[in-house]
Amino acid sequence: MRVLVVGGGIAGQAVIEAIRERDRDIELTLACAEPRLPYDRVALSTLLANGADVDSLTLRPASWYEDNDVEVLLDTWVDELDGYDRYVLCTGSDALVPPIPGAEHAHVFRGPEDCAAITAAAKGKAVVIGGGLLGLEAAYGLASLGCETTVVHLMDRLMERQLDQGAATLLTPAMEQLGVNVLLERNTEEITPGGVRLAGGEELPADVVVISVGIRPQVELARRLGLNVERGIVVDDAMVTSDPRVLAVGECAQHRGVVHGIVAPIHEQAKVAADTICGVEAAYTGSIPTAKLKVMGVDLVCAGAPDGSRAVVVADDSTYRKLVVDPDGRTVGTILLGDIRGSELLMDAVRTGREADDPLALLAEASQATAADLPDSARVCNCHGVCKGEIVDAIRTRGLGSTLEVVNVTRAGAGCGSCKPVVAELLANERGGAAEEATFLCPCRRQTREELAAVVRERGIESVSELSAACGAGRDCGACKPGLAYLMSEINGNRHREERHARFINDRVHANIQNDGTFSVVPRIRGGVTTAAELRRIADVAEKHEVPLIKITGGQRIDLLGIKKEQLPAIWEELDMPSGHAYAKAVRTVKTCVGTDFCRFGLGDAMGVGIELERAMEGLYTPHKVKGAVTGCPRNCAEAYVKDIGVVAVEGGWEVYVGGAAGATVRKGDLLATVPTSDEAIRVSLAFLQHYRESAEYLERTYAYIARVGIEPVREAVMSDMEGLLERYRIAKAAADPDPWRERHNPVHPKQFAELDS
Amino acid sequence: MTAVASTWTRVGRVEDIPLLEGRTTSVEGRRIAVFRLLTGFAAIDAHCPHAAGPLADGIVADSCVTCPLHGRRFDLETGLALNGDESVAVHEVRVEGDELWVRLA
Repeated sequence: MRVLVVGGGIAGQAVIEAIRERDRDIELTLACAEPRLPYDRVALSTLLANGADVDSLTLRPASWYEDNDVEVLLDTWVDELDGYDRYVLCTGSDALVPPIPGAEHAHVFRGPEDCAAITAAAKGKAVVIGGGLLGLEAAYGLASLGCETTVVHLMDRLMERQLDQGAATLLTPAMEQLGVNVLLERNTEEITPGGVRLAGGEELPADVVVISVGIRPQVELARRLGLNVERGIVVDDAMVTSDPRVLAVGECAQHRGVVHGIVAPIHEQAKVAADTICGVEAAYTGSIPTAKLKVMGVDLVCAGAPDGSRAVVVADDSTYRKLVVDPDGRTVGTILLGDIRGSELLMDAVRTGREADDPLALLAEASQATAADLPDSARVCNCHGVCKGEIVDAIRTRGLGSTLEVVNVTRAGAGCGSCKPVVAELLANERGGAAEEATFLCPCRRQTREELAAVVRERGIESVSELSAACGAGRDCGACKPGLAYLMSEINGNRHREERHARFINDRVHANIQNDGTFSVVPRIRGGVTTAAELRRIADVAEKHEVPLIKITGGQRIDLLGIKKEQLPAIWEELDMPSGHAYAKAVRTVKTCVGTDFCRFGLGDAMGVGIELERAMEGLYTPHKVKGAVTGCPRNCAEAYVKDIGVVAVEGGWEVYVGGAAGATVRKGDLLATVPTSDEAIRVSLAFLQHYRESAEYLERTYAYIARVGIEPVREAVMSDMEGLLERYRIAKAAADPDPWRERHNPVHPKQFAELDS
Repeated sequence: MTAVASTWTRVGRVEDIPLLEGRTTSVEGRRIAVFRLLTGFAAIDAHCPHAAGPLADGIVADSCVTCPLHGRRFDLETGLALNGDESVAVHEVRVEGDELWVRLA
């Protein structure tokens, strides 16, 4: 069977994925009118808010279509239906432009081109016509671009379709705090090149005007084909149009008189459409409208009816929590503003029509609810329609050990990312981790690593400045900027945009600052194995530059101390050795014993393996410093039992220990694995290193991390995703700088190592 | 209003200091740290009163700098520590064309 999906939006992509999940043999073609692969239109406003590239919103990489045998036609308008057995119309919608004189002077907010045009025009004053969800997101985006922004809304309250008067009354000041002025009950009479004229004569000067008052289903093709079209393309419960060969899904479709303009119903419709095409009887019976405002700093979630015969409200100056029940006592609506605790539970209650004899008690219960309290049917990820039961099931049956794995497997959190903290909580519950107080990466803004990582992924952020602009992290005290810089490098596989102002001085000049403001220099001596020539060079440098102190370190290296910042480039040049990263939260050293080379007891080639391991790990930044050791027998002369990563040769193989420490804390490492070959030991070590890089909190040493989560979950995570971890390690390693001291030849700034007067 | 106690000294050019970083120099024999902020420049004494840490090497955010040695944080406008009783002198910075000029407090 050959199926053509017309339209490369979220709906088209959802239909393709749903069909492929059910059938590998159907020949699938996706025709996209835009010159790009399907992208996440829901996140479009983030392009305005932080200037990210549209590529960052792509739903699946090009390789996905190859792997899944989907033919993609870009830049393709479909005029007639010919050559296929079934067709799915996912033509989406256009922006609704009301017949206001001068509307041609305004922008609409629908595609990436619109975003680019708005961004280019955004300066001075901006007016957004329309105070619905999209209008507010556009206004927030314009305010983020520095515009003095005003929202003009026809109705007496913002988001009148989703909110009641009480919630809307609180939303207005919340938007105004973000720099967005709100004018209600204003009818726009004319748009001029210089601004907007309202009914009654009020003039609003504006350099840029954006219209965002709603959507108009794109039904041109359906009309031409003679399909039954009302507001949208009319479909039955099987998502089939008036032509049995043709189905329609998404914002272009009208089901039981309703055109859904939000994302969650699309996934439900796509599943039913895929069943229909695969010959399975299925029915879509409608969706409960839900909405989540994606404006940083304003938490707003609503579902179902904003008002009803019975309702309870708990509110104060800045929060509003409402539950609406019908005359039979079933939950039919909720509005949560400012305090969205328990939103998953309440949205599930609305979706399932949960009986609420005491609605106030249900509201109270929800505010205390943890992820563990959610029913299995509760939808955790609204973007991809993933329920708690599916997530828990995947964690249990597939032994998932990291939030990243859960996201990859279930797709929960792969959309806007706002549900990631819940995913992490579910994972912690399943993994037996006690409920913990959140550790904030940015304590000023009370933002956790998970939350910030979600923002970074969701918006494709590549630098600390972009992240600060997006959500304020790092803006207040700046103490977390090095942690944010690490997060940026880790998530982007070292293909981030490096900003030195976010780095501690050590990482700006690649040397360790000392108590007198001078620096120390530790060249890399892998495995603690050196040569006479190297030692002679070090001695010559020390003598020539009158280095005040030369010290053999605990990591089997040589430290030159008391060096002025301006001396660093010349000293590195004369040493002609790579950086030992002794100043960074990064892989430091791998100590070794002499192993089988000279030792009477050695069982394994500790020096050879240690040098190989150090070479494989060096240049990688980590949540905290990582020290390694490889020792040739259990006598442990290299102290491998008390290293972050310690490899010990034993009779017939190698043991890998992790989480050891011999600093302020003394802890013997946990045995992660016993393997037959040194190659295997290195692979396990590298997979653990990558797991630690992805999962630990910033400044959390391996021993603290393992003490917190336990060795069993770590072992499962490393062993079950060995190939994935190694692949991500290779990606990060390929883009890591193995020797930052080469900046002596290519400084990031002419004055990188200089003072104003030097 | 008050007599000019000190004169303006040219200390370098705007592009000599990377954004949100600091660099030291001498003005009339005194070590000064000059910072480039998002909104302009600031100058304070070069050394932290606590243990003489090099303030120019600190992390800058929100018009404050954090000493790289022990984390004392100073407001670059007032010179007052945000986490202690110490303070540093704040000096005037003027940008003329692409040149930076400093006048001691």
